[in-house]
Amino acid sequence: MRHRVTIENCNETYPCSEQQTLLQGMEQLGKRGIPVGCRGGGCGVCRVQVTSGNFLKAKMSRSVISEADESKRIVLACRCTPTSDLSISVVGKMEKALRAECQVEPEDEVSVAAVV
Amino acid sequence: MAFKGVLRPGLIQIRVLNMDEAINHYQNILGLNIVSTEADGRVYLKGWDEFDHHSVVLRQAESAGLDYVAFKVDSDDYLREIEPKIVAWGLEVDHVPAGEQPGVGPRIGFTLPTGHRIELYHQIDMADDHPGITNPDIYPRRPEGMGASRFDHLLCYGPNIGKAREFFCEVLDFYQPEKVDLPEGDGSLAIWLTASNKAHDIAFVEHEEPGKLHHVAFLLQDWNEVGAAADIISINDVSLDIGPTRHGITRGQTIYFFDPSGNRNEVYAGGYTAYPDHPVRSWDFDHVGKGIFYYERALNDRFLTVLT
Ligand code: FES
Repeated sequence: MRHRVTIENCNETYPCSEQQTLLQGMEQLGKRGIPVGCRGGGCGVCRVQVTSGNFLKAKMSRSVISEADESKRIVLACRCTPTSDLSISVVGKMEKALRAECQVEPEDEVSVAAVV
Repeated sequence: MAFKGVLRPGLIQIRVLNMDEAINHYQNILGLNIVSTEADGRVYLKGWDEFDHHSVVLRQAESAGLDYVAFKVDSDDYLREIEPKIVAWGLEVDHVPAGEQPGVGPRIGFTLPTGHRIELYHQIDMADDHPGITNPDIYPRRPEGMGASRFDHLLCYGPNIGKAREFFCEVLDFYQPEKVDLPEGDGSLAIWLTASNKAHDIAFVEHEEPGKLHHVAFLLQDWNEVGAAADIISINDVSLDIGPTRHGITRGQTIYFFDPSGNRNEVYAGGYTAYPDHPVRSWDFDHVGKGIFYYERALNDRFLTVLT
């Protein structure tokens, strides 16, 4: 079953199956938005906050996701699979780079301009 | 013997999130052989061309990353004599008793100003499954997966790498084949250090967070094996970082990927032969892209910032 994942920071939406992690779904379609690092729950660059929707999560490195993070639904996109449509917001340390990256996508330039 | 004191990085203990996934990766993908699994859950492995009992130790933990790297030294006398020199340089030394790892004698340990734990040891049993000695065949049998022959080196990220260089060169008699200079001042952004003829046994990049692991590298024979490693990475959907490519620095041929817990691995072939009398090769900051990735000639964010 496929669900829609919306990255709030740059208004990107992509389909993601229940067999894929949020990061795989994005990466495989050549979409951008969530920074891609180790894809194994170790490095923490793919930190996102799930603002709505349900998901399953696998083990994540404690040094990059604390228990407090988890209670705020801050997780690693490479360790979570969707079980419903999701909205997420990128909160990792590369969030700044993401803003620059969103602007590279031609269709996003419009939305960035609209916000500004 | 011209080759004295520290011989090589011989043991590395890596933290993994899930042991079954880690075993599959290090055994079937990299091609290391499992030596033993101990009561505390740690798993011991070695490359096919290593004589010592093991070289890689996997420990399941809540966080990925590096526990420590241990260098093998040439004698018990050296181990005894080096301890007061390490203390005099300003590091606190602790003792790990024989048998803490199977087949390994006493070790001494200390923490560098970069936040990394380093250990030294001399005694380790010879592996049962070692390379040939009498009329030796080139290898005992065709290795699995990428066929990594041995643990080769590691790259650490942390603060005070200038102090780490001073320690390795002044206390442990390493030398520095290569470095990348900072854009301003006389410090280094990155340093390559060796106790041997290899272009690096250990390398450091200046980084504010202490004790971080950038990658653990394993040796392959040549470019063809690096290409085959790339095939294996795709066949098995292993998380690729970059490559196959080449380094300007060390000249090694390489591919980087991640273990299932996010620890970066490298398999590596070639590179120049280092000697202590050679000049230190230097890269200015403006040329660092070509230094790290000789073909791409540009660094990428992931390579610089993804650490465990
Ligand atoms: S990409 Fe490294 S933790 Fe997700």
